[in-house]
Amino acid sequence: MNNKLQKQLLKRSKAAKLERLGKTVSFLALMLITVTVFAIIIFVASKGLSTFFSNHVNVIDFLTGKDWNPNVTNSKGQPEVGVLPMISGSFVVTVLSAILATPFAIGTAIFMTEISPHRGAKILQPVIELLVGIPSVVYGFIGLTVVVPAVRSIFGGSGFGILAGTFVLFVMILPTVTSMSVDALRSVPRYYREAALALGATQWQTIYKVVLRAATPGMLTAIVFGMARAFGEALAVQMVIGNAALLPHSLVSPASTLTSVLTTGIGNTVMGSLQNNALWSLALVLLVMSLIFNLVIRLIGRKGAMSK
Amino acid sequence: MSPKTSNQIAISMLYVIASTIVVILAALLGYIIISGLPAISWHFLTSPARAFTSGGGVGIQLFNSFYLLILTMLISFPIALGAGIYLNEYAKQNWVTALVRSAIEILSSLPSVVVGLFGFLIFVVQFGFGFSILSGAFALTFFNLPLLTRSIEEALAAVPDAQREGGLALGLSKWETVLHIIVPAALPAILTGVILSAGRIFGEAAALIFTAGQSAPALNFTDWNPFNMASPLNPMRPAETLAVHIWKINSEGIMPDAKAISSGASAVLVISVLGFNLLARFVGHRLFKRLTAG
Amino acid sequence: MLINPSSPHSDDGWLERHIVDPSLKSQQPIVLETKQLRVFYGDNEAIHEGDLKFPEHQISALIGPSGSGKSTYLRSLNRMNDGVARVTGEILYRGVDVNRPEIDVYEMRRRIGMVFQRPNPFSKSIYDNITFALKRRGITDKKVLDETVETSLRQAAIWDEVKDKLNKSALALSGGQQQRLCIARAIAVKPDILLLDEPASALDPVSTGKLEETLLKLKKDYTIIIVTHNMQQAARISDFTAFFNMGRALEFDETSQIFTSPKVQLTNNYVAGDFG
Repeated sequence: MNNKLQKQLLKRSKAAKLERLGKTVSFLALMLITVTVFAIIIFVASKGLSTFFSNHVNVIDFLTGKDWNPNVTNSKGQPEVGVLPMISGSFVVTVLSAILATPFAIGTAIFMTEISPHRGAKILQPVIELLVGIPSVVYGFIGLTVVVPAVRSIFGGSGFGILAGTFVLFVMILPTVTSMSVDALRSVPRYYREAALALGATQWQTIYKVVLRAATPGMLTAIVFGMARAFGEALAVQMVIGNAALLPHSLVSPASTLTSVLTTGIGNTVMGSLQNNALWSLALVLLVMSLIFNLVIRLIGRKGAMSK
Repeated sequence: MSPKTSNQIAISMLYVIASTIVVILAALLGYIIISGLPAISWHFLTSPARAFTSGGGVGIQLFNSFYLLILTMLISFPIALGAGIYLNEYAKQNWVTALVRSAIEILSSLPSVVVGLFGFLIFVVQFGFGFSILSGAFALTFFNLPLLTRSIEEALAAVPDAQREGGLALGLSKWETVLHIIVPAALPAILTGVILSAGRIFGEAAALIFTAGQSAPALNFTDWNPFNMASPLNPMRPAETLAVHIWKINSEGIMPDAKAISSGASAVLVISVLGFNLLARFVGHRLFKRLTAG
Repeated sequence: MLINPSSPHSDDGWLERHIVDPSLKSQQPIVLETKQLRVFYGDNEAIHEGDLKFPEHQISALIGPSGSGKSTYLRSLNRMNDGVARVTGEILYRGVDVNRPEIDVYEMRRRIGMVFQRPNPFSKSIYDNITFALKRRGITDKKVLDETVETSLRQAAIWDEVKDKLNKSALALSGGQQQRLCIARAIAVKPDILLLDEPASALDPVSTGKLEETLLKLKKDYTIIIVTHNMQQAARISDFTAFFNMGRALEFDETSQIFTSPKVQLTNNYVAGDFG
């Protein structure tokens, strides 16, 4: 046995020490992110739940109440913190903007992948990247100066409301949904198309009956992603929706969303007060919805993977 | 209708839709630039805002946006780099990794207003940083980390394994190999990711209104001692950014020229983001060439 | 009596297995030896019973059809399979078993270097490619570094081609030059043994010729173990040859023996070009 060599080989080298250090440091960085996520969930939940545990507001009343007036107590001696107007406002703008954006997004995605890949790459790809890059306050500002007056002159009223919010969100989620749909269509194998075309199908028949079917899970994911973005968007919507905490009764009357009430309200309330806690409950609703969107995307992904 | 006719109709419809998107972008950009450019002047870009009278600028807000961007990057880049390295180089395929990946995904899809509220709760209130650049930078760090981590991870994954083996076979540790060979090789892609996320940070407002604050106290641009309250470098001062300023004056601004200022500020914001985009492309191409060719 | 076709005692004179101890045939001491080496990918056993001994300052070639396990075997020798596969058994490097968890794998790899199938220079200058590992080990003296660069590049027979462009990117070199640069990079850290995994498979015939010349010169300073799918190459440069098939080293002997009078029938078929 070679003792000197054995000793040299058993000694921990500088490389071994660096390896241990590096692995630990990078692991800690990763853990920092993970812990932050759990911290966000825990903190927002504990603040948001205190409306129900400290202020004893009934959860059902909270979710179904139609009046949002945290400073006023109602006939039952409870503060008026019904969030139905905001929740319905959020859902209505989200669903409407998704309905509006879907045909445009999928149409453009088909154009980019199936009809004219060259122009898709040269013109539409940069267009979509630029649309993603425009900050949301700029969308809000344009909504305020262009969309709201346009809605006002066509439909009357103040112009602020669900419709203006829908238009702004439509443009904002369009690039996200489009680029994810493009990915979904690109992942459909080439031979699917070739097989259909070889059977004598027209290009549109091939797209409609073969390519779109195969890409359905991916495109559903894209739409849900767009909806998650629309649901969580704050400032652009807040600038055009009118900020009246009323149940929306028409598309052109002022309304509000969870995010719009949060952004305008949190600065004007005192920490720990019921008014403030109620706003944190709104944030919690927003957080839970975001988790639900995440879950839905995951379920679609799993189902898509199974059907393949 | 024969299949041939419906084919024709469908394809023409697709042309119409695709053109509509191009028109929407052109109209948006055209509107922003045309309505904004007349407002932009040297005076506008350098002088402080005025609350009640017209003629104010966005100088302080512009400085704040850049300072906040730099601070955010200084905090988030090392964390994202570490996390990206661990995920791509060390993480085994097990439930812990799956959980971590889900957490990152959740963070990336959280509404930025929720991230901002969390930052408010922790940094502004709990840690007592108040409305400050530092609170804002931490909030933006949370906002930035998931995407930056993902782009760094992808950049590292694109470097061939042969490079890793090359380092290991010389008796170097995996960590040294990654830090000194893989990261430099992935640098063009990493920088592209950094610059693109810089554009996102630059335009973000919702996460800032309750962290960095909505006021821009006057700054003394001759005082560079970060401990003085009027110093531009003081990280503990409230700092309204350009994006927050646009939101603020449109929500509750009372200066007579609010619209002109918003137009100008929007144009500055959009031009900056476009600049970041172009820079990202340029840097990616240029560095890639320099690294591969003699 | 029924004759079992797979019986080891076949009547035609072939052996089932024939592993020679090189110390019986050469004066050189043994520097590397494997005992009961087995490699597992998950539950699949890729190598079983690779018991070979490699003599100092000689070139040993590992040949065999693709999938025979020769590359897996080679990569296990300096534990490049750590984290990829499970390796059991002993790897005795100058008498020390290095296949133990308490061995410092980095110091071991410094002594047992490796060159890969595809040239993998770092995207750095030629100079930095050579000095990189030295600098990481704390050698910063410019004179020492300059000297090492020159001697390593000279030993790898590429000095004359690159001496005027040491600060140019290594990626601008041709494939053959890149591979010799990788050899220079490997010997810059002063290893004892060089493992080469099909180093010429991505090269043209002229570059291959230069590479082989280089290896023949290197063997006076280093022990070389080379995996090759090119039998002529093994015949041209190696002193000993091992034939692998289905995860087993079937025959190991002097190269001349393997190519002129193999003792195992499969070896004979393989070197005759019947399969592979």
